[in-house]
Amino acid sequence: MTAEPLAQRQIALVDLLDRLLAGGVVVAGNLTLRIADVDLVRIDLHALISSVNENVPSPWEPGEEGSR
Amino acid sequence: MTETLHYAYAVVPEGRADIPEELRGVAGAGVRTVAGSGLAAVVSPVSAADFDEQPLRAHLEDMRWLEATARGHQQVVDAVAAQTCALPLRLATVCRGEEGVRRMLATGREHFQETIRALDGRHEWGVKVYADPAPDPAPAAAPAAAPSGTSGGAGGRISGRDYLRQRRAQRQSRDASSRRAEEWARTVHETLGRSAEDSRLHRPQDARLSGQTGENVLNGAYLVPHEEAGAFTALVGGLADRAEGVRVQLTGPWAPYSFTGPPSGAGEGA
Repeated sequence: MTAEPLAQRQIALVDLLDRLLAGGVVVAGNLTLRIADVDLVRIDLHALISSVNENVPSPWEPGEEGSR
Repeated sequence: MTETLHYAYAVVPEGRADIPEELRGVAGAGVRTVAGSGLAAVVSPVSAADFDEQPLRAHLEDMRWLEATARGHQQVVDAVAAQTCALPLRLATVCRGEEGVRRMLATGREHFQETIRALDGRHEWGVKVYADPAPDPAPAAAPAAAPSGTSGGAGGRISGRDYLRQRRAQRQSRDASSRRAEEWARTVHETLGRSAEDSRLHRPQDARLSGQTGENVLNGAYLVPHEEAGAFTALVGGLADRAEGVRVQLTGPWAPYSFTGPPSGAGEGA
């Protein structure tokens, strides 16, 4: 509890998702459902971007060809 | 056959987490622990209608649902991490019945124990660096844009050559400032990396998600022992003060989400 200068405000969802979608232990095993991480991140970013701003035409940078 | 699905938040050493009765997790359900293999999983029941594989996949594309679930997850991890070393699990780790939870603990026992040992007494801090937004490319007064009636005053029109020269100068200054931002990103990461026990790089955030201005040139996570938190955040503060042309942003302390996997470098997914 020493130093929380900027740390106290509401956590930004993007920061949280960085950790919850790319971090945390991934468990395997047939009794456990498991999300394929890579696909998930793509799906979510897509959803995130379009819901954050419905006017954004394409989620990918116009200058970055090849990533489709 | 219709076993309750359990949403699992974190793994802790057995008997070390005392879950407050009022703690609520994902979907508002009460939280408890399921013990096994010398460990305990922090779980809450969730409905199959929402968390079985098919509905879960659909939900994950629903932004509101995703946010509510992520915040519920985080809240439980935080509450538990305040008591003991909590190893956070990936979002939407769902087990079938207590049996499934115990199986998860048994299967992962070694990794869980090792990682708990390595992370006990440490927090994660997030540090991001943003390049200052490029000064609005003062729209290089377009050549000959003046309507025909305008008498050729001093300011108005510029020649095509001047226009191109302006554009080039703008591009060069943008390049220079983005190079400087990259250098600061490297300096920040190296400086913090030397003082942290471990570090990870997350993908730079898209400005449309973060709502931040300026390009995100560093999105790092740093593992720091509790007792060094003050020194670490002071170091970040010092860098933030010194840095020019960039903004340095600190988040945390976090449970060590970014450090639960195999050591950096081995992180290829599937």
